[in-house]
Amino acid sequence: MNPPSEWHYVAAAYGVVFVAVLVWVAIIAAKLGRLQRELGDLVDQARARERNG
Amino acid sequence: MRRTLATNRPAAVSGLAVVLLAASVALIFFYAPTDADQGFSQRIFYFHVPIALTAYACFGWGAWKALRVLWKGDQRADLESYVAIHQGVIFGALTLLTGSIWARASWGVWWSWSENQLVLFLVLFLFYCAYFMLRFSLEPGRARANMSAVYALFGVVLIPVSFLAIRLSQKFIHPVVFNSHGPQMTGSQFFTFCVSLAAMIALFAALYEVELAGKRADAHLRELREILA
Repeated sequence: MNPPSEWHYVAAAYGVVFVAVLVWVAIIAAKLGRLQRELGDLVDQARARERNG
Repeated sequence: MRRTLATNRPAAVSGLAVVLLAASVALIFFYAPTDADQGFSQRIFYFHVPIALTAYACFGWGAWKALRVLWKGDQRADLESYVAIHQGVIFGALTLLTGSIWARASWGVWWSWSENQLVLFLVLFLFYCAYFMLRFSLEPGRARANMSAVYALFGVVLIPVSFLAIRLSQKFIHPVVFNSHGPQMTGSQFFTFCVSLAAMIALFAALYEVELAGKRADAHLRELREILA
């Protein structure tokens, strides 16, 4: 097998940064989904409390 | 639209980061000349060095917020310091990864223990990794904020040492681009570097604002849950 060319190393370095940003966005998206669910639960809880006086 | 951007800082800085990152990638691959000495692999420099400088900026910003915790008793600054250090560790890990790939392309090795700058950056990175162990081993409150702040301030001392290590070293293979005579590169290379640095700082600002907004929303939800319980 031929050793990787300079081009491969440059692509790997930029790819690492790109993947890190994508992973970070995925983590934040998951967190946002959780916050949205929790907020929905709290709204339901507040409405139920209002109905029961 | 303008009002939305003015009131929504995470969206504004994220947009700026996207524009600057796209511009820097275009400049790196279509404008900056191929380095006569290192060849095509020198293009890693345009991301590696700005990422390293941004990591230092993150730790510096975290230390500034830590100083505000100790000096003014500003408890909001504790979360800001934590988020800045968290971003610093992410940028630090990227510095080590991109540096390692560049070292392999230029020197033929992934890592060199004889290089002071590399080892000192690793020490700085590990020091800030340990920050999280300290922080999460303590109960939330004023004591945790103060101890985390003291630790963050100790770490910032390592930044000038890490930055100057290469200049103090007598024997090195790590290149020195900025010396007392200014930047050792052509005008187009320096312009590309400046845009890349601005892009990385904007990326840090975007990640910092979004993470901070998420953490604050989480804290408000916790408070709301306690009120409704």
